[in-house]
This record gives sequence, structure tokens and C-alpha cells, in this order.
Amino acid sequence: MTRTTPFDDDRPVAELRRAVKRYGAVTALAGMDFEVRPGEVVALLGPNGAGKTTAVQLLLGLARPNAGEARLFGLEPRRAEARMRTGAMLQISKVPETLKVREHIHLVSSYYPRPLPEREVIAAAGLEGIEGRLFGKLSGGQRQRVLFALALCGDPDLMFLDEPTVGLDVEARRAFWTVIAEKARQGRSVLLTTHYLEEADALADRIVMIGRGQVIAEGTPAEIKSRVVGRKIRCRTALPLATIAALPGVRDVRRQDELTEVFAAEAERTVFELLSRDPSLSALEVRGADLEEAFLTLTHSEDPEEVAA
Amino acid sequence: MTTQTIAQARSRSLWRIYALEARYEFLKQLRMPAYVVPSLAFPLVFYFMFGVALPHGSGGPFDIPTYMLATYGAFGVMNVSLFGFGVGVATERGQGWMLFKRASPMPPVAYFAAKLATILVFSLIMVSALFVLGATAGGVRLPAGTWFSLLGVLTLGTLPFAAFGLAVAYWAGPNSAVAVLNIIALPSAFGSGMWIPIQMLPPVIKKAALFLPPYHYAQLALHTLGLDHGEAVSLHVFALAAFTAGSLLLAWIGFRRDEGKTFG
Repeated sequence: MTRTTPFDDDRPVAELRRAVKRYGAVTALAGMDFEVRPGEVVALLGPNGAGKTTAVQLLLGLARPNAGEARLFGLEPRRAEARMRTGAMLQISKVPETLKVREHIHLVSSYYPRPLPEREVIAAAGLEGIEGRLFGKLSGGQRQRVLFALALCGDPDLMFLDEPTVGLDVEARRAFWTVIAEKARQGRSVLLTTHYLEEADALADRIVMIGRGQVIAEGTPAEIKSRVVGRKIRCRTALPLATIAALPGVRDVRRQDELTEVFAAEAERTVFELLSRDPSLSALEVRGADLEEAFLTLTHSEDPEEVAA
Repeated sequence: MTTQTIAQARSRSLWRIYALEARYEFLKQLRMPAYVVPSLAFPLVFYFMFGVALPHGSGGPFDIPTYMLATYGAFGVMNVSLFGFGVGVATERGQGWMLFKRASPMPPVAYFAAKLATILVFSLIMVSALFVLGATAGGVRLPAGTWFSLLGVLTLGTLPFAAFGLAVAYWAGPNSAVAVLNIIALPSAFGSGMWIPIQMLPPVIKKAALFLPPYHYAQLALHTLGLDHGEAVSLHVFALAAFTAGSLLLAWIGFRRDEGKTFG
């Protein structure tokens, strides 16, 4: 078998199958199904405690699932063959402080069969000028960039980035996104966990939202936005509520006083339908739901305490 | 798939990984005064103070500078090993660096081999400096073969104490490892006759010493000089082997337990 592409075939580069992980009485993952396909940038999105980090740890072979399975390149994640195609940026507080940036990169690169040239890593992670400094002398943002460099240096087919831009300023975050987008263009896969919805929106081909250890929604950023909350149309119309509710793409409708509120997946289409049925419709107003709202709606509906409150 | 994986595995050099890992581990420790100063300077300073500078002409049945070369050498190697291994691993576990290393394609043995190689080098440096001090300021005269057998026995001491340091690293928190190691190491070094010859200690301590691994280690070192207390060499070897095995078992359980833990 002689292949030059980084992938063996179209099988997932990382997958969880009905993965369950419990820590004592806490169930971190409750039978999660999840996969990253070749060349895909997937964002795993969810609040703290949703199970994002646990999912990453199972896929990296840092913890074993209590039930179900985790696979990396179709292999048991602990296998060196799988790890040699993987780079990881984890949420860790410190890297040994008495080694220089260049020394850290040199060492981690040696673990991989085809590492990137050192210059390239240093440029991509924005470490020019500080490569000779001890890790302990770096600022928070610089440390974060070193961790990114260590994930990148083996030129892996799949990169795990666990909350990669926490603590970075806007400019550094943008620079970081550029590098990730470039990797994706080269056909590499990326699994990103993040709190930043903007980040998932900007980078991901697919967003997987998790809450309480399970996938609660999945799709392209646009799909997530429309499917989860869609848009809110507000207008004054004489149409019966039942008629509106029966229109395609309408998820919910309610009327308060004179005003009708319609929650629709695709606002344009729904507005067109409404107008064609009721030309006298007035006071039309369409408000977009951003990912942030989608996220809140979803995670709150999954949260019994919030519902009760 | 298989073909590709094998090709990939071949194109990185395991030998190179081991060498680099050890080189950087050594550099990392060398740049830490909190490790280097106590592990290299303390045994030398203590030896000079108690073994050379203090007048002990009337002393016991043996030559103090020679005797203490073995005991302070043993004390030094014990410290280098306990702290080099224990504190290093405890800190890197606590900060999550171990997690990164475990997720990386580094062969896991390389991590521990590098730490072992580092404490071996530090031990050799420390013991050599002690020998120079003994031969010059202490006026110690030994046959060439004896110098080497003492050096050999002292360096082998890295193994049991590295193992124990590793066990402590897995069971004490990253912040308490130093304290725990000090609380264990200092009194047992004293009780084992590493600071003051065991013959000069009260009988109760002499009896208790049989249960202290550093005692058996110090006695083995003294045996090369013919200055040991007289128990069978096999007893000391057995005690140290059991201590090493027990420590490794504890460390192994701790290592396995790490998998069940949440990190961040």
C-alpha cells in the first residue's frame, strides 16, 4: 500500500463509540458518540463540566472509557503508531521552566517521524525572537504559543487543541486562527474544544455541542445557528396561529397582545410565506440569533435546575 | 496501513529520543539551583565539617575521614536520587506536564530512563568530588580497587532511592513532595548512621536501624572498606531489594491510579 496522502482512507481519524466515563459518582461522559473525519476541523463546544476535556482525554488515551470505546486512526489511542500522527495542546499550567523554547521544540520534534523544520514551527507559533528564552521567563501568552508549537512540531495529521486561546489577546487569537485554517487547507484534521463561540464559528467545519456528557446538537456553524434557535420574526398579522405553525421551518409561534412572534429556521423563507398569505402584515422585525444564544438555549434546556428556576 | 505505520515507526530514531530526553533532563536539573546546591554541596560541606575539620584523634577503632567517605557518599546519593526523581516527577505530574508527555508519542520508558541517567550523572559528580576532598583534605588512602568498589556500590544506591522517590511522587501532592521527602530522609539518614557512625548512636536506634533502608545501603558502602557493622551482606542486599520492589509496586499503583483522575 503506497499512499502519499496523510490519510489511509475515509475512516474517522478519531472516534468515540458510546463512550462512558465516570469519575467516582460523577458521570463525565454518558455514552457519547463522536467522530472527526479526515481533513475536518471540529469544534467541541460546551460549558465547563460538559465533558469536553474528558472526551479529549479518552481520545488521547490518557484515560480509559468505563464502557464503549475510543479510537485514534482506527487504533487503540495508546498505540505509538496513532500517537505519532497526533499532536496535542492540553490545558496544563506549566512546562518545565528551565528549558529554552527551542530546546522544548527540539525534544518533542524528535518523537515524530517527520517533524516540521524548527524555523517553520517557530514562525507559525509566533515565537521569533524568544526561541532562546527559558520557558520560565515567558509571559502567559508566550507560554500558550509554546504549547501550540509543541502540538504543531510533529506535523501531525490530527491536532487536539483543548481551549487553545484562553488567555490570548484578540490579535494573538486571530494569528492563531490563521495557522489552524492553514493546517486545515493542507488536509489536516483538528479537534478544538472551546468556550468561545466566535472561535468555533470562525474555524470549524462542524460544531458538536455537548452538555452533561452527551452530544446535544451537531452541524455546521450555520446549521447550528438556524436549527437550534433560528431567528425570531416579530410582526402584526391576522393569520391564525395554526396556519403559521404549519409553515415549513417554523419551530414555534406565539402571540402576545397584537404582536406575533415566530421562531423560524430560515427567516427569509418564512417571511416570504407570511407575506404571501397576509399582504397586510405590518411592523415586521427579524432578529438573528447568534451562536451564543443557540448555546445558551440548548445547554439550559438540558439543565433541569435551570428549567426549574 | 500496516506498511505505512511500520515505515513511520522506522523513520524516527528511538536511540535519539532516549539521548535527547536524557540530555534535556540533565540540563533542566542543572539549571535548578534548588536541586543542584543541596544535592551537590550539602554532602561535601557536611563531610568536610564532621569528617575532616572536627578533631577526632582520640576517636574510635577506625579512621573517621575514611569511614565518613562511605556514609556521606551514601547520604549524598540518597538525596540526589530521592529529590531528583521524587520532586521532579511530583512537580511534573502536578502541573500536567506528565499528561502532555503521556499523550505524546514519546516512549514512556524514555521519561524515566532520562531521570535515572540524570541522577546517575549527578551522583557520579557528587561522589567524585567527595573522593577528591577525602583524598586531599581528609588524607584518605585506599587501594585503587577499593576506590572503585566504593564508587560502584554508592552509585548503585540510586536505584532503591529513585524507586522510593517515584512512589512518593505518586502519593504525595506536587507541593508536599519536598516536605514529605525531607521528613522521611533526614531522620532516617541520622538513624542509619550516615551522619554519625552507627556505633556511637544509642542502642535503641541501632536496633531500629535494621528497619531503615539507608542503614543497609550505608553498611554495604562501608563493607567495601571493611568498616561495616558485621551483618551479612546478603541481609543488606535483600533488604534493599525488598525496599526497591515495594517502592516500585507503590509507584506502579499510583501510576495506574492517575488514569482515573480528572485533570483540568
